[in-house]
Amino acid sequence: MLSSLSDGLGLLGTSPEMAALFVGFGLVVGVLFGFFGMGGSFLVTPALLMLDYPAPVAVGSGMAFVFGTAVIATLKHHDLGQVDYKLGAIMITGTTVGIEAGRASVYYLESLGLAGGVISVAYVALLGGVGAMVTRDALKNDDGGGIDHEAADRDLSEYEIPEIAKTIQRTVRIPPMVTLRGDVRVSAWVITAVAFATGLLSGFLGVGGGFIRMPAMIYAIGVPVPVAVGTDLFEIVFSGGLGSYLYGQGGGVDLGIVVPLLFGSALGARVGSAATAVVDSDGIKVYFGGMLLAGAIAVGIGEIGSYIGNSLMETVGLVLVIGAAVVVAAAVIYTSVVSLRTTRGRQTATTD
Amino acid sequence: MSGLEIPTWDPETAMLIGAILLEAIVLYVGYGGIERLFGPRFMRLLIGGEEDAQ
Repeated sequence: MLSSLSDGLGLLGTSPEMAALFVGFGLVVGVLFGFFGMGGSFLVTPALLMLDYPAPVAVGSGMAFVFGTAVIATLKHHDLGQVDYKLGAIMITGTTVGIEAGRASVYYLESLGLAGGVISVAYVALLGGVGAMVTRDALKNDDGGGIDHEAADRDLSEYEIPEIAKTIQRTVRIPPMVTLRGDVRVSAWVITAVAFATGLLSGFLGVGGGFIRMPAMIYAIGVPVPVAVGTDLFEIVFSGGLGSYLYGQGGGVDLGIVVPLLFGSALGARVGSAATAVVDSDGIKVYFGGMLLAGAIAVGIGEIGSYIGNSLMETVGLVLVIGAAVVVAAAVIYTSVVSLRTTRGRQTATTD
Repeated sequence: MSGLEIPTWDPETAMLIGAILLEAIVLYVGYGGIERLFGPRFMRLLIGGEEDAQ
């Protein structure tokens, strides 16, 4: 039993340089994951593929890493009171059914010979659309300032609910009604519909779906941003755990990759989660939108590259995704420090 | 073909996933302890409290 585990660990097969690289990369991904509740799968898997790992190992290890990071980040968000388990349970149910419907759609399109093209176009349109919407909204409401120190203790009901979510809450009042964290009262059917729709897209695009679910929870259900992040992570624990298990059965999970990645991301997730309580929500949305836009451009470039057989363009796309991740992670840390320093300055001035 | 994929019980894979879960919990608790021990000092250093330089 022990020998099989040590074989699975594969730690001897990972050089110290590679382990250090994985720890560093894990740190970046962890900051993004803890801050946005997403960003793991579409960063780690392409990076592993670029490092010449076989596709099942890249996907399986990427998913196992997402699972581990989600566990850590959920524990942190739980401590901050930012996980709505009721919302999470309904979301998991609706998403699971939606994923299956999405997978069925892929097989149908595959039979028509249209799957590859339709999925790529949908991916770019969705990432770009959500990214543009979130960025525009954040810039429109940008009051230009960091948040005060009380932000960490701010009551969730004080978060502003987007207009579209308020309209949905007013018009769709089909029982049973559910009260969520932050005093949000919404029909369980709205949550189920959102979960199904996001699951459908997730299954259709073959992605974890955090980048779809989180804005959907904010804009369609109206939950405060920190709760959307925390609950999304809670959902990823389940989907990531199941996915890792399925890939692990086929030998697709390499602990030599996952262990050092997780070592770095555990620290990063702690920093990222804490930053959500320090940086204001508009700031969060700007970063989120910016990264999605960069992701859309990168996927677009990569797709064009693979279509015309230009490997350089594929590499440029990948470097763009990873570069955007590093820049955004650095921006999250920088903004948090600036915000804390501003608060500190204000407090000192008040005491004087 | 596109039906729901039902996982079958595999002790080795369960141990593999369990090891990741265990690592995640150990790291969470471990980093939490480090944060509690050195966090306040690090934060003071980071946000630059003048009185802390003394």
